[in-house]
Amino acid sequence: MSTDTPDAPADDTPSRAELAARVDELADALAEATDDDDTKKMSIIATKGTLDMAYPPLILASTAAAFGYEVTVFHTFWGLDILHEEQSKNLKLSSVGNPNMPVPNAVAALPGMDRVTTKMMERKIEDNDTASIEELLETSLDMGVEFQACQMTIDLMDYDENDFYDGVTTGVGAATALQDMADADIQLLV
Amino acid sequence: MSAEFDITETLDVKGASCPMPVVKTKSAIDDLAKGEVLEVLATDPGSMSDIDGWASGTDGVELVDQEEGDDVYKHYVRKTE
Repeated sequence: MSTDTPDAPADDTPSRAELAARVDELADALAEATDDDDTKKMSIIATKGTLDMAYPPLILASTAAAFGYEVTVFHTFWGLDILHEEQSKNLKLSSVGNPNMPVPNAVAALPGMDRVTTKMMERKIEDNDTASIEELLETSLDMGVEFQACQMTIDLMDYDENDFYDGVTTGVGAATALQDMADADIQLLV
Repeated sequence: MSAEFDITETLDVKGASCPMPVVKTKSAIDDLAKGEVLEVLATDPGSMSDIDGWASGTDGVELVDQEEGDDVYKHYVRKTE
């Protein structure tokens, strides 16, 4: 009996060389699939620009960054105002449409009421030592959070790319956001 | 005060509210070396749960102790890697 290993057996059985090549291929695929899985990722889509709704994405982004997550926040429509250097300092709180407001809608709809409720909220934020939107944004940027400004909405709102905070990524669209969401462990729409 | 560990740095976040105690703790821990302990002084009652949650969900840190004082919450976090 021969001690040689038959190299090319009959029928469809793959050869040893073919099997070895397939094993290498699978080992590579496995390494690739498990490689960058160590870093957790979070993807947030921020669509709102009122003072109250600007907080959740920034609080979650900075907190996730503290947990070591790689965070991307894609800002679209009114969410763009959070990244806009000037607008971000003037975010408003709507007095209508919120049944928890201490005034009835009929009164809340009067001219100037949004300014009143916004001032009220701003004072509460200050009294409570809650971080400002600007502070949360700067902190998140320092921690490596990637803020993206949707190009389509920049054009739609007639904003200039230079209106945004330094470090904000422009020139991105839905496909970029989708790719981020597909790669992320946590995806949120705010 | 427990004497089982030496405090390397103290971070004062008194007055700051969510998410700043956790965010600033993370930044301060980054500046420490492996094995060193950070003391965090906070007035935010939520920091008891938040720093605990952050430490258990984050690699390379360990919550050594927490103390609930009259008006100050003290947290001791060790950098483990």
